Amino acid sequence: MWLKLGQRLVSLMIVMFLVATMVFFLTRLAPGDPAALMLGDQATAEDIAQLRQVYGLDKPILVQFVLWLKEIASGNLGHSIFLQRPVIQAIAERAEPTFFLALFSVTIAALVGIPAGIVSAVWRGRPVDQIVSGLAMLAANIPSFWLGLIFIQLFAVRLGWFPVAGYGEPGAPFVERLAHLALPATVLGIVNSALIVRFTRASLLDVLSDDYVRTARSKGLSEARVVLRHAFGNALVPIVTVVALTAALLVGGAIVTETVFGLPGIGNLVVSAVLRRDYPVIQGALIVVAAVYVLINLLTDIIYTLADPRVRY
Amino acid sequence: MVQTPAILFFRRMFRRKLVLAAFIVLAVIVLMALLAPWISPYEPTSIKIIRRLKPPGELNWLGTDEFGRDILSRIIYGARASLGIGFAVVLVSMTVGTLFGLLAGYFRSLDGLVMRFVDAMMALPDILLAIFLVAVLGASAFNVVLALSIVYTPRVIRVVRASTLVVRELPFVEAARALGVSTRRILSVHILLNVASPVLVQATFIFAYAVLAEAGLSFLGAGVPPEVPTWGTMIASGQQYADSSFWVVLFPGLAIVLAALSLQVVGDGLRDMLDPKLRKTL
Amino acid sequence: MDTPHLLSIKGLEVRFRTEDGEVTPVRGVTLSVAAGETVALVGESGSGKSVTSLATMGLLPRPAGRVSGGQILFRRRSGEVTDLVTLPLPELRKLRGSEIAMIFQEPMTSLNPVLTVGEQIAESVRLHMGIGHGAALRRAEEMLGLVEIPNARDRIHEYPHQMSGGMRQRVMIALAMSCNPALLIADEPTTALDVTIQAQILALIARLQRDLGMGVLFITHNLGVVAEVADRVTVMYAGQVVETGSVKDIFQAPRHPYTSALLNCLPARARHREDGRRVVQSIPGSVEFVKEGCSFAPRCTLAADICRTGAVTLDDETERSVRCLRWREVLA
Repeated sequence: MWLKLGQRLVSLMIVMFLVATMVFFLTRLAPGDPAALMLGDQATAEDIAQLRQVYGLDKPILVQFVLWLKEIASGNLGHSIFLQRPVIQAIAERAEPTFFLALFSVTIAALVGIPAGIVSAVWRGRPVDQIVSGLAMLAANIPSFWLGLIFIQLFAVRLGWFPVAGYGEPGAPFVERLAHLALPATVLGIVNSALIVRFTRASLLDVLSDDYVRTARSKGLSEARVVLRHAFGNALVPIVTVVALTAALLVGGAIVTETVFGLPGIGNLVVSAVLRRDYPVIQGALIVVAAVYVLINLLTDIIYTLADPRVRY
Repeated sequence: MVQTPAILFFRRMFRRKLVLAAFIVLAVIVLMALLAPWISPYEPTSIKIIRRLKPPGELNWLGTDEFGRDILSRIIYGARASLGIGFAVVLVSMTVGTLFGLLAGYFRSLDGLVMRFVDAMMALPDILLAIFLVAVLGASAFNVVLALSIVYTPRVIRVVRASTLVVRELPFVEAARALGVSTRRILSVHILLNVASPVLVQATFIFAYAVLAEAGLSFLGAGVPPEVPTWGTMIASGQQYADSSFWVVLFPGLAIVLAALSLQVVGDGLRDMLDPKLRKTL
Repeated sequence: MDTPHLLSIKGLEVRFRTEDGEVTPVRGVTLSVAAGETVALVGESGSGKSVTSLATMGLLPRPAGRVSGGQILFRRRSGEVTDLVTLPLPELRKLRGSEIAMIFQEPMTSLNPVLTVGEQIAESVRLHMGIGHGAALRRAEEMLGLVEIPNARDRIHEYPHQMSGGMRQRVMIALAMSCNPALLIADEPTTALDVTIQAQILALIARLQRDLGMGVLFITHNLGVVAEVADRVTVMYAGQVVETGSVKDIFQAPRHPYTSALLNCLPARARHREDGRRVVQSIPGSVEFVKEGCSFAPRCTLAADICRTGAVTLDDETERSVRCLRWREVLA
């Protein structure tokens, strides 16, 4: 069991290393001198030369890469000249809205998606399955930013139930934050529920034909108990995986929604960094997002190992 | 009636009416894109300030935007850019992904390396990776295609590799190897033909993802230049007028939903037909 | 309705919808099980014996399979006789696990891997006996003892994967017996097990049946097993009953050519060749569903023209029946 987790840990470290490699070398594809890019348009030749030295940009590229990896491994993601602060600090300042948005979105997606998937699997082929599957398919193909705009129009502008955009004043009570998060979280919840519906339905259908489900029925259990206790318990692994994956991808994947709703999160930070070509921030954000993804994956593995009696012994 | 394979193919494909409907919608959108200059009621770029932000009516069926441009015409022309970019992404990612997927699936020595790269790329959300690549490469239609192709290639690699792993163990491949058929020929003929159907299914899904992602990038201002009419840029430039003129964002968005949804449904229909095992579950 | 039997299946017909149209794997099956009696339902794969047992439990895979004709009469503990085919599902559920229980072929997959065996037995006990969790667990422990699992107190907390196949089948039996059913349906309960374990499990079922006075419908393709456990035998072929009789009649004086052929396949009846080696016989061909005449005709060495065209009905006597036009010649 520990061996398996250890192997998993190693392969996730490799993934992290490759992400860092990709991020470093792809950034170097950008036309122009990285130092000049970092300093922006108003930089003088002296400034640029100085920065080249500070960042070791005059050294061979592989040496630079190793130096950069060392920095990252020690938690230093660089410095943003535009924002005049360390990248890690810039990201930490923006983490809260992103964290809560991801949390609420995945909660909504799971609360909608799992029951819908169960209903769809139990009444497979019936009208209710066709409706649920159809709606899931629709939800998967709605651009989140467009749905966001429509929701803003309907529920914020016309009905006035929620604030139009933003995250409230600094230091505002959490209730106010919640009001700001309600619409974007609903939008992302709807869009992301689609995958959860499909996975729940598929994995439940998969186990519903298993022998022990027939045994459970032969005991005279009600269909609800057969499905929820016997089948669902065995279908849980792929369902938990997809929910965890959704959560992981939401941390960096809510860029468009954060922009539409003007939420000052990591996605918003990335978009403005892209428009300003603030490469240290973009690189840092990519590393952090990948690290979160890797950590959530690892956490899911640990949970399985602890929860599944077949693995535990 | 003669049951040629082609007829059987379409029969089974369209047994579900929804798939047929989606196919028709898709065909209409593609025709719209191809025939844009002949069927669009106005020039997509002709500006008429006196007719700005007019609601849908007789002159402009879907209304006009902030420059008085006809929204229907822009949606029709937008189909060219949106579907064109999507299709290019499909072609590039299919070609590159199939190549690497075959190699990874067939040569065990390459498998680990290729798949770790695939894992690494899939550790980043699509849109984040795409926006990073566009930021590095510069915002243009060509670079959007390039960026999205890089984003979706790992998916193709995964699918092709998985199928290759199965197919390479089948007796006919063994037989071909025993008969001295060259590895290149085994890969390019025997295995490629057998992994073609999952690739085809994946192609329709990636087409749908690419249409959605292009719209997202353009919306963020990190896609094609705003003056090119795509469904994404239309929503981006229209959003500040949405309070008073909802049609500016509503209709381009519907076009995106319709295109992506019909691609997805057609892909589902293809999969059902090509893989009867999956029909029961997904 | 007056019937001395615990279970009485009359003219049962089951249909399945498949991709290629409708099939009828069970075509007019009639059989009965009295209280305290073991009836073996024998046939090769595809004969419809398992489908018959699933139909009795109302466990046909839905929505593909359904009972399209006939009756399944069951005498309840209250003495009332009910037709399980028309019984509403909630009522049928009350019978399942309490009055009719079932053991399946695959002990490795028939228990839920994520629940302890104690929980799985207790669940049924709580439902049907209306007792609390603690009492139900004690009952589970008692049942594991009854099926001769040592150390039952600890083993109720184990998961199925911690047990061997034979042990799991004992758990299945404990589960089936936990509410004192009047009828036990055992669908090839020993097929997946080692020969030595097979014998133990058969002995266990026989002992429990004697002690508890259950009726047992024992489904198997193994005539050796039949000889060991059954009082009476019903032989099925291609969805139909071809012969019924006491175990003695069937083994000593089979009337249907198919029954004779099956018996000749038994290793005990293998012929000794001149070089001293023994030859086990087999029946050439495989089960076919014919439209006209006798289903077995395509594989029957005694088939005449009349067998391929005429209608072959079950020649029904009390306690002895055969579906063959020429059975008197078989005897000769």
